[in-house]
Amino acid sequence: MSFSPEQARRAAAELRQGSVLGEAVIVSTCNRSEIYGVTSDLDMDASPALESYLAEFHSLVPAELAESVYRVRGRAAVRHLFRVASGLDSMLLGEAEILGQVREAYLNALEAGTTGHVLNRLFQSALEVGKKVRSQTEIGTRPMSVAFAGVKLAERIFGRLQSHTALIVGAGAVSEQVVEHMQRRGISRILVANRSVEHAQALAKHVNGEAVPLDSLAELLVTPNIVITSVSSTTPIITRAVVEGAMARRHNRELFVIDLGVPRNVESHVGDLYNVYLYTIEDLTRIVEENRRAREREIPRAEAIIAERVERFEEWHAGARALELLQLLREKLEHDREEFLRKHLGTLEHLTAEDRKRAERLSRELLEHVLSLNEPASRHSHESSWAEQQIAAARALVGLAREKP
Amino acid sequence: MITPLGYATLTLYVFALVMYVWALYDDRRWLGRMATGLLVAGLAAHWLALYERSRAVHNIPYQDLYGSMSLFAWLLTLTYLGVERIHRQRSVGPLILPFILALMAVATLLSPASPVPPPPAHGPLFALHVTMSILAYSAFTLAFVLSLIYLLQNRLLRDRHLGRMFWRFPALELLERMSRTSVFLGVGGLTAGVLLGFMWASRIRGSFWNWDPKEITSLLILSLYATYLWLGRTTAWRGARASLLCVFNFVFVVFSYTVVNLFLSHYHRFF
Repeated sequence: MSFSPEQARRAAAELRQGSVLGEAVIVSTCNRSEIYGVTSDLDMDASPALESYLAEFHSLVPAELAESVYRVRGRAAVRHLFRVASGLDSMLLGEAEILGQVREAYLNALEAGTTGHVLNRLFQSALEVGKKVRSQTEIGTRPMSVAFAGVKLAERIFGRLQSHTALIVGAGAVSEQVVEHMQRRGISRILVANRSVEHAQALAKHVNGEAVPLDSLAELLVTPNIVITSVSSTTPIITRAVVEGAMARRHNRELFVIDLGVPRNVESHVGDLYNVYLYTIEDLTRIVEENRRAREREIPRAEAIIAERVERFEEWHAGARALELLQLLREKLEHDREEFLRKHLGTLEHLTAEDRKRAERLSRELLEHVLSLNEPASRHSHESSWAEQQIAAARALVGLAREKP
Repeated sequence: MITPLGYATLTLYVFALVMYVWALYDDRRWLGRMATGLLVAGLAAHWLALYERSRAVHNIPYQDLYGSMSLFAWLLTLTYLGVERIHRQRSVGPLILPFILALMAVATLLSPASPVPPPPAHGPLFALHVTMSILAYSAFTLAFVLSLIYLLQNRLLRDRHLGRMFWRFPALELLERMSRTSVFLGVGGLTAGVLLGFMWASRIRGSFWNWDPKEITSLLILSLYATYLWLGRTTAWRGARASLLCVFNFVFVVFSYTVVNLFLSHYHRFF
């Protein structure tokens, strides 16, 4: 159900051409596809049309879609986008990736010309809110996956990972993730050891590392500063004696060991050795849990920031819609004026050209006068609700003074 | 006696501390920059205050305990800012500023109204001796704080209970490097200070070495920190042990600055 960038542009353009939406931005990630739009007609509900378009685009029957579709309108939609950009709607609370994805989607639509002043303002605000929530709360600060937590801990000990070497003993999904994170953060060298030479070589190739023989653990532990073990073995393969020997040969250089094995691959006493830091998968899981709770504690603060920004956007939006209405009103009245003049002046044949010009000017001035009564209402719109704005405009049009707020 | 400049300095330092603590919790960059800015402004005001004081006493402004504490605070600020700039780390700020503030508070608020009569010591050699020695003390203070943070982080890491502050402070390895840099600076400063002290003492008293407790303590401190540096050349003694040594050594620095200067020394009493 996702949209590639080109598909997103095409869909947005088609929605506009079909007059379903006046402005459109499509945000699509592996976890969600969302169409953000502004309808050309202010009161129209475009949801049914959007749903059927969505189904058609991906060659699905609308009934298949029904369960996974959610619709939000108006203020709720604004709040939804702000929450998404802040990472509050993600499975991994506070994740950073989504903000970039929202930005990409917006820029994509902006380039394609499918946005207008409402969505421009909405998305710019969303990106600002996402940044603000991230910098003012702790919602995005601590690692949320076991693998990333392990890497962040390594950085706590060693600072930056450049010029450091890591060793993987064994193999496994999590240990591979750890290595991937480390590579992204600039680790110099990856060594891979495995009981099976083929497995070692295969994994080494996959992670751009070097395969090393698993004969002597004491030897292997001398060079790397970070060791990740993930072997299936009923008894620990790395004993305290082995590490003691290795530490002596390393001159007590700090060693960080991540033991992902269940049951454990590394004797627990190893963690007592000087300058050796040992973390098991339970420790890492516990840290991730703590981090998740810490992030959850930040949710109220994040929601408060979002609520305030939603208010601000809604105020702006109401003002923008009022201005738009006035513009439409002006255009319509102008059109009506011309029609009216043409119809009635046509019957008064005895009028001179001079008189016709005067009539023209009279009608124009009358119209200006009527419209100018609205100016105060549009410029000082304290009322933020759409209904109140309409009432104020109507009252001004009829010449009544503005209601005292 | 506290002047407007003294108040200004204290105020700026207090605001700097507030900003540094705030910057610890909030990632916005302008907060950190403002914290550093306020501290630099405080440094400038402080320098002016010292200058003003030196004009008032027609001598260097630190021939008494309070003046020397003020200089200590100034040099500590300077050393800290240097380390902050080199290593681009603001997280240690909130822990150093209390020391700076304490020294400044005592120096400005408790110093007597009338200036102390000039001691027999004077001249640029003496001034340089005092400055170098106190520079060394401030560098050792910085190393002390860094070592404390190291020990705390190390304990949290080994206990596997990481609070929210854990993620804010620098990495262990960086803390250790910053510590070593500070100690290098301190050893250099103290060596210069001690040599200058010997030169000046020989000029005044005719002999370099007088078996004065101050001289003995200073040499002891030098050898303790030199040992720290030498042991840390290879990695065998790096890590928590080195930090503990740094903390232990600092006890002697405090002893030298207070007890020895105030009570034990025969000739090195200026307060």
